[in-house]
Amino acid sequence: MNLTKAKIISNEQISLRYYHMKIAIPDWSVSEVQAGQFFHIRTTDDFSPLLRRPFSIYRINELDNTLEFLYLVKGAGTKRLAERKPNELLDIFGPLGNTFTIPEMSRGLMLVARGVGIATLSALAFAAGKKGVPCFAILSARTKEDILVEKELNEVGIKTFLVNDLDSTSDLANVKVMAEELINSKQVDSIYTCGSKRLSILMKDMAEKHQLFAEIALEENMGCAMGACYACVCDIKEGNEIQTIRICQDGPVLPLKKVVLS
Amino acid sequence: MSHLEVSIGSLKLKNPIMPASGTFGEEMMKVIDFNQLGALLPKSFTKSVRKGNATPRICETVGGMINSIGIQSKGIDYYQNVTVPFYSQFSSPLISSISADSIEEFAEVSEKIAAKKEVAALELNISCPNLKNNGLAFGMDEEATRKLVKSVRQVTDKPIIAKLSPNVTNIGVIALAAEDGGADALTVANTFIAMSIDVHTRKPKIANVIGGISGPAIKPLVVRLIHQVYQVSSLPIIGCGGVMCGEDAIEMILAGATAVQVGTANFVNPTAMVTLIEEIENYMRQYKIENITDLIGQVILPEGANHKNDMGSCN
Repeated sequence: MNLTKAKIISNEQISLRYYHMKIAIPDWSVSEVQAGQFFHIRTTDDFSPLLRRPFSIYRINELDNTLEFLYLVKGAGTKRLAERKPNELLDIFGPLGNTFTIPEMSRGLMLVARGVGIATLSALAFAAGKKGVPCFAILSARTKEDILVEKELNEVGIKTFLVNDLDSTSDLANVKVMAEELINSKQVDSIYTCGSKRLSILMKDMAEKHQLFAEIALEENMGCAMGACYACVCDIKEGNEIQTIRICQDGPVLPLKKVVLS
Repeated sequence: MSHLEVSIGSLKLKNPIMPASGTFGEEMMKVIDFNQLGALLPKSFTKSVRKGNATPRICETVGGMINSIGIQSKGIDYYQNVTVPFYSQFSSPLISSISADSIEEFAEVSEKIAAKKEVAALELNISCPNLKNNGLAFGMDEEATRKLVKSVRQVTDKPIIAKLSPNVTNIGVIALAAEDGGADALTVANTFIAMSIDVHTRKPKIANVIGGISGPAIKPLVVRLIHQVYQVSSLPIIGCGGVMCGEDAIEMILAGATAVQVGTANFVNPTAMVTLIEEIENYMRQYKIENITDLIGQVILPEGANHKNDMGSCN
């Protein structure tokens, strides 16, 4: 983990509610950053808001040593972040947390993302692309306009399937049919999900039914992001034992079958 | 040359800066040198394994944060076998923060943990609810505070620090009860009970509804508490609440604190404590202060002001 003043290269609105930010890392190599990890970022240099905000990494560019983030402008922190200008220095802390696992000999990955959950899963998709593992992504959002980075994923050979609430394509029954079809016809053997509890429960059931490897990337309000404060916890179940673990330290990527989602 | 050494009872600290309980952990050694700190104070632990509260456990407010973690703890065995050996690799003394549901349990856990040679002092989190007293915190009750500290005093000669609750009518009364019970120092103070509501969902922002607020928003409240405790108690005070920079720590020392804990600032800037020590040295150089102890309680009050029993009179 590094405490770094990164230079903002760009920070642009990409749709009604979402922004894309690119930053340059001056003093260490982004090759140490892995898909699934996150950075704890001070959105502003003053104390308003006070706490850092965790942002999962969207894209890691080793060529020019830059990192990219996708974020939903929602609260005080992301509002201030959206106001930041190119060339300003951004106080970032990371990389933090663990990373996704692509099983050896995997023949196909299925990503199931809701909203900005695709930011986290995109990093995995790009990594799978590099490894030459086929990758399919179901992108769910409120509206068509809220579907993110479809083009960027298609460019690296990832096939995307889009569903949204407005035309009711995002309901669970429909997503289930789509996912079943991918599992049966595309030799998908690993599932990854982020951004929706409903979709996570569905994917957990499907992974169980088809005996597939499955991981979930979790989000939670964080304090320190270093395992000290115990703010960002979740329950995991192993056998009959339930344990409360820290998402920042033991996650944010966890085996889907172990996470208690109710 | 500035001298930053201070004493908390028989415990000597190389400087007055230490973490506040629950805001400091092993992982932070990757960003700061623990040997530079006045003391090390890992999260409170309990006798048995404790699950902690439901999420969300924290929320942000203007200049602060509310938390209700619920003392998630791996229990005393883990603390003795893993936490204590880990912190003993550093030169800074280890202060063990203890939380318990009853006076008997406080004494039992204190005796075991104080017996470890690596443990330099105990901080008693008497601000947690007493399950045998209708959930009222020990630290809200004069008699319970005296009894609790006394029962721990009987099981150890190591310095006992009582962490007072700010959620009381007159903190001086509780401070004197802790002193009477045999405490060597007082941490002033724990978090202030607080609540925040999301007006869009109409739900409380944390799952436990009510939590404790920390951060710069509460610093003036804590400076006032330190001032009040300093007026009545002869024990060294460890100031705690909203310190973000060196001058904040100096302010608490002027009010009467001997040492200062840093909490929420660690979340904002993981290197805050080390930076703070440098800033204290800068202040001392600027005002040609040789010993930090020369500043303790040196606030210049208006002539004739009697703040001893002044609870903010309106008449």
